[in-house]
Amino acid sequence: MKNKANVVVIGGGVVGCSIAYNLALQGISDVILIEKSFLASGSTGRCGAGVRQQWGTKMNCLLAQKSMEILENMNDILHTKRDIELKQKGYLLLAYTEKEMNQFKKNVELQNSLGIASKIITPAQAREIVPYLNTEKLLGGAFYEKDGHANPFLVTNAYAQAAISLGAEVNTYTEVVSIKRNGSKIEGVQTSKGFISTDTVIDAAGGYSKEIGKMAGVDIPVYPQRHQILVTDPVDEVLGPMVMSFSYNIYCQQSPQGSFIMGYGDPTEPRDYNINSSWRFLEEMAEKAVWLLPPLKNLRVVRQWSGLYTMTEDRQPLICKADEAENFYMACGFSGHGFMIAPMVGKLISEMVIGKKLSIDIELNYKRFEKGELLFEPSVV
Amino acid sequence: MENKTIICRCEDITVEEIRSIIKEGFTTLEEIKRITRCGMGPCQGKTCTPIIAREISRITGKSIDEIIPSKARPPVGGIALGELTGDKNEK
Repeated sequence: MKNKANVVVIGGGVVGCSIAYNLALQGISDVILIEKSFLASGSTGRCGAGVRQQWGTKMNCLLAQKSMEILENMNDILHTKRDIELKQKGYLLLAYTEKEMNQFKKNVELQNSLGIASKIITPAQAREIVPYLNTEKLLGGAFYEKDGHANPFLVTNAYAQAAISLGAEVNTYTEVVSIKRNGSKIEGVQTSKGFISTDTVIDAAGGYSKEIGKMAGVDIPVYPQRHQILVTDPVDEVLGPMVMSFSYNIYCQQSPQGSFIMGYGDPTEPRDYNINSSWRFLEEMAEKAVWLLPPLKNLRVVRQWSGLYTMTEDRQPLICKADEAENFYMACGFSGHGFMIAPMVGKLISEMVIGKKLSIDIELNYKRFEKGELLFEPSVV
Repeated sequence: MENKTIICRCEDITVEEIRSIIKEGFTTLEEIKRITRCGMGPCQGKTCTPIIAREISRITGKSIDEIIPSKARPPVGGIALGELTGDKNEK
């Protein structure tokens, strides 16, 4: 491991790896990434892997849309060794209340104005897209055929490999112990494998980003929330899109290799680092899934696991520079939608670091909660 | 073992593929599982895990005791979603 870096990125999830790649791409030499376990071992590798462009604010639509453009071309852009398994069969969002339906209509109008060709659909049209869908109580929905999902392990590794080929150093199984500060300036990062002197640190530590912030004396307003998920035996393709309902708190997709993946989180759980699996989740998930897609009752659950959402009070991320310490940046608090915007997050952070004009106007400062300037995004799950 | 011998019957992965991925730098069971899907299929690694562990040991020179098993996750034997609902949705 080198003992000197221009930038140290903390966290080897998809966000950290995308940042390391983009920094190296901007010509910054000696970028070092530190990951305490293996790449994508945290939230990235545990996520539902969806990439959705159907959002309710312009900023989120653009972040997701531009990220999808990158994912669509990622195999070429990053010269990936393995295909990232992007599947674009759409996202079907289901509405069960008038309020949801009206929100979808507003969202679709906004999305269409930005070039996202989503549309409002009737229950009958929903059944055409997903023939096994139970349309009981369903008022309608929204659908965009270019939404989809990709393999988080392979995307993360593709970014890491591309970063390495541009000269960055990726250190796995290396833990950050402390961050050395002199006044407001950062002097270096102490890891379990040695000290790296640097004046710039990027906190992309996902569920643990608050702990990293503390090491630098930066108070980051995020908290972890457990989300559980399960996967079934693989079967022939029967489900094209990701099916999702905000009011029933469920998402369900069939991966390209055939297994079904579905999950949800319980926002009333304690705000801690618990990532155990529960029996209650299995039962509740089974109830929801079999009700929504009855033939799923025959599928066998082979594995369940859980991971952390890193939540903020308005469920929107923090992508900004800290006030307390110079050149301390954070890219965290994605509240369950980090994977899908990681390509753009990496790009934006790299632009912030070199002082370039940002390619998308974002205002995701961590001090917005103190000022009471919360962002409102109607379509988060 | 022959190079083309399939060691993961769930995902059709050969020993040759495993050897090449270990040489690429993925030297833990958790990483190999995530890149190749070995251990993610219906058998949940009951067949392939010891064989992969042995290959890691052989290639990296680590003793088999030093190779950390991948995390075992519930439900151990697999269970149908319909069974979990108590067949309330049975029509």
